[in-house]
Amino acid sequence: MTDDDTMRLIEALTAKAQPVKRLRPPGLRAVIWLGAVGVAITLAICLFSDLTLLTRRFQDARLVWEMAGMLLTGILAAVAAFHLSLPDRSAAWALLPLPTLAWWFAAMGYNCYQHWFTDGWALGSSWACLKFVVGASVPLGGTLFFLLYRAAPLAPVRVATLGGLGVASIAAFTLQFFHPFDVTFMDLATQMIVVGLVVLAASGYARLRRDQTR
Amino acid sequence: MQTGDRDGDRWGAFMAAAQDGDRHAYETLLREILPYIRSVVRALHGRPERAEEVTQDVLLTVHRVRHTYDPTRPFRPWLAAIARRRAIDALRRHRHTEVHEVFDEYAYETFADAAANKHAEMPTTAEELRAAIADLPAQQREAVQLLKVRGLSLAEASVESGKSIAALKVNVHRAIKTLRRRLTGEEL
Repeated sequence: MTDDDTMRLIEALTAKAQPVKRLRPPGLRAVIWLGAVGVAITLAICLFSDLTLLTRRFQDARLVWEMAGMLLTGILAAVAAFHLSLPDRSAAWALLPLPTLAWWFAAMGYNCYQHWFTDGWALGSSWACLKFVVGASVPLGGTLFFLLYRAAPLAPVRVATLGGLGVASIAAFTLQFFHPFDVTFMDLATQMIVVGLVVLAASGYARLRRDQTR
Repeated sequence: MQTGDRDGDRWGAFMAAAQDGDRHAYETLLREILPYIRSVVRALHGRPERAEEVTQDVLLTVHRVRHTYDPTRPFRPWLAAIARRRAIDALRRHRHTEVHEVFDEYAYETFADAAANKHAEMPTTAEELRAAIADLPAQQREAVQLLKVRGLSLAEASVESGKSIAALKVNVHRAIKTLRRRLTGEEL
C-alpha cells in the first residue's frame, strides 16, 4: 500500500462516480415508515379484531399504560435507528427509547407480579403470543431494515439493535388488539423474552453481514 | 452551508456537486481531504503501511456512503465520523486477525506469494482448480476471481466489488487455505 496506490484509487473512484440520490432527512424517513406501519396496523385491527371486547379490555388502566409504553418505545427506537444510520449523528440517539422502555418494562413487570399471584405458572396462550410477535416482526423488520440499510450504516449492529427493538415493541403493541382474553404471567414473560430474542436476532444478523463485507 | 470552517465549507460544496455527478469536483474533493483523513487515521494507526491501507478504506467508505451527506449540514464532522469509525473498525479487525489468523503480506496479489510457484509440483488440472474455485463460498470465490484470476490490485478489486480491502484480504487468504486443503490435503 503506497501513496501511488491511493492516488490510483482516487482516480478509479472518480472514474466510477455517478450522480447519487441524497437520502431524505432521517426524521422524515422515520415518519414515512411509521405512517405506513400505522395504516397497515389500523386496517388489520378494523378488519380482524373484536372491537367490542377491546373496549372492555381497555378499561383496565394497567393495560393502557403498558401499551402506551410499548408504542412509544417502538416509535422512539425507530426514530433513533434512522438517525444513527447516518455517519454524523451523535451516539446519544441510542438513549432515546430507554425511558419509555423502562416505563413499559416497569408496567409489564407489575402486571407479571399481579398475574403470578392469580395464575401461577399457567401457560395461557404464550405459544400463540410468541408466534404473533415473531410473525409480525418479520415483515416490519424487513421493510425497516431495507430503509435503514440504504444509508449503509457505519455502526450496523447498533442500528439493527435499535431497529429490532422498534419492530418488536410495535409487534407486541399490535398483539394486544388480537389477544381478546386476559393474559397470564407466562404470557407476559413470554412477550418480554420474545422482544429480547427479536432484538438479539436483529443485532446478530447485522454482525454477520458486517463481518462478511468489511 | 457556511460554518466558518473554510476548508469544510469548500469540501461540502464539492461533495454536493459530486452528488449531482460533477466528477471534477469529486476528484478535487478526494485529493483535498486525503491529508485530513491521513491525520485522523495516523492518530490511531502507527505503522505507515497499515495507516495507508485504512486511509484507502476510508476513501472507499466515503464513496459508498456519499449519498448520506446532507449539504445543509457541516461536512467536516461527517467526514471525521467516517474516518474515525473506519480506523477503529480496522484496529478491532487487526486485533482479531492477529490472534486468530496468520497473514503473509505478499500473498494477496497475483504471484507475489512464493508458494504460488509450487504449481509445477501439484498434480492439479485446470478443470480441478476451476471446479474447486467454483465450490468456494461466494465471498471467497469473488475475492479469488478478482485478485488471482483477473489479477486486479486490492484497490481496484475493492472499487469493483464494493467490499473493503480488509474483507478482500481475509477472503482471499481463507480461499487459498481452502483450495490448498482440497487440492493437496496440505494445511497452510
